[in-house]
Amino acid sequence: MDTFSGYEREDGSVGVRNHVAIIPTVSCVNGVAGLIAREAPGAVPLIHGHGCGRAGRDLELNVRTLTNLGKHPNVGAVLVVGLGCEVIKAEHLASAIAESGKPVEYLEVQAEGGSLRTAAKGLEIFNGLLASVGREERTEVGMDRLILGLECGGSDAFSGITANPSVGVVADWLVEQGGTVIMTENTEMIGTSHILERRACSPEVAAEIKSMIYAAEQRTRDILGQYASLVIAPGNMDGGMSSIQEKSLGCIAKAGSSAIRQVIDYAGVPSEKGLVLMDAPGYDTESMAGLAASGAQVMLFTTGQGNPIGFPIVPVIKIASTSRLFRSMEDDMDIDAGVVLEGKSLADVADDIKSLLLRVLNGERSSAERNGQSGITCLYVTNPSF
Amino acid sequence: MEPKVLVIDQKDNVAVALEDIAAGTEILLPDGRRFNAADAIPESHKVSLADISASDTVVKYGEAIGCAAGDIKVGEWVHTHNIKPTEGT
Repeated sequence: MDTFSGYEREDGSVGVRNHVAIIPTVSCVNGVAGLIAREAPGAVPLIHGHGCGRAGRDLELNVRTLTNLGKHPNVGAVLVVGLGCEVIKAEHLASAIAESGKPVEYLEVQAEGGSLRTAAKGLEIFNGLLASVGREERTEVGMDRLILGLECGGSDAFSGITANPSVGVVADWLVEQGGTVIMTENTEMIGTSHILERRACSPEVAAEIKSMIYAAEQRTRDILGQYASLVIAPGNMDGGMSSIQEKSLGCIAKAGSSAIRQVIDYAGVPSEKGLVLMDAPGYDTESMAGLAASGAQVMLFTTGQGNPIGFPIVPVIKIASTSRLFRSMEDDMDIDAGVVLEGKSLADVADDIKSLLLRVLNGERSSAERNGQSGITCLYVTNPSF
Repeated sequence: MEPKVLVIDQKDNVAVALEDIAAGTEILLPDGRRFNAADAIPESHKVSLADISASDTVVKYGEAIGCAAGDIKVGEWVHTHNIKPTEGT
């Protein structure tokens, strides 16, 4: 059995990074979180656009996502920065995150008397948290402690031939090792419900798969109307895709051929090991936030057109579908799966991915990490704000 | 140089052209099977690995991606002109 070294957390999870995260409760204090981060090397601010103006399902989604990002195993300690009058309260968010057993502190801009005072005090708190995580050390653990998130963005005609099936071999290997793999992006499963249902471990899971994909298909129709059929677009057909099944099979090839153990809601934490599906949209940055909140310590991200985005607290490994892309965006890419087109086997490319994956788990930085590709944390919601 | 094709799953009855293949070119599979491209096969498009009778399933990724709209001979280009959606999906 393969192993990796990580930070064992009190809640039983294992981090592969040891970040101190600064989490704003609401977008109104993003600037204050930024002020602290600017003075605090090593701080990872999770800048986002939410925290107020929502209720019901969307509030639940916001709270779950922010809480689970704070609980993420790659985060050793958290500073929550609140405003005071927002819907998601700093105290509540901090205490929900603290259930994981990690050090969590919070402060509020209105109570502290303005941005600069908050930033000064926040920096002091941050330095204390940084010192405490600095004392933690890595230990060697089995692959069964790993949750791998799968993502594809900017696919091309080769994504489903080179990058995705190579990642599928890695996904099957991790499942065999007792680990967990999360595939998401429900819009890219449209047309393959009958295939994925067959792979479900129980009739209940099959029913959940069916309802998730049916809902994604309905939403696509509601939004796109007569253009819904463009999910298999002329560009896809030019690339050789003859049916929606074929296109989606290329996407779900990332997940290999394992049985599907569970379907989880956006940003939910899987209770099963093995292959799990998460109900999240195809929009890359939102599905990545969901994967991170689900506890994925690392992500494999396949791309055909070339997408540079990473995630603040999770190493993201970029797998180019062609050597052309790998060469043209070399700074952003980690693996060239395009060598399949020159005759290298999917298994050999999968070995290259596995070997890099293990190095990244052990601390080597992926291209997206080296380039600081954190961006803002895009939280998925279902309705307009008020 | 042999033109390159990729068979993704052993159950597949189509392979993917890894480069543009001219009609008449001989194609060699990793398992030693040989046949000639009956049509020009554009890069990333599919070529039939076997005779597929009308209504029979076209298999890629080990799964049905549609069924043959008419008889498809080995070496033919397989695309929207000779595939129709699988019944009931």
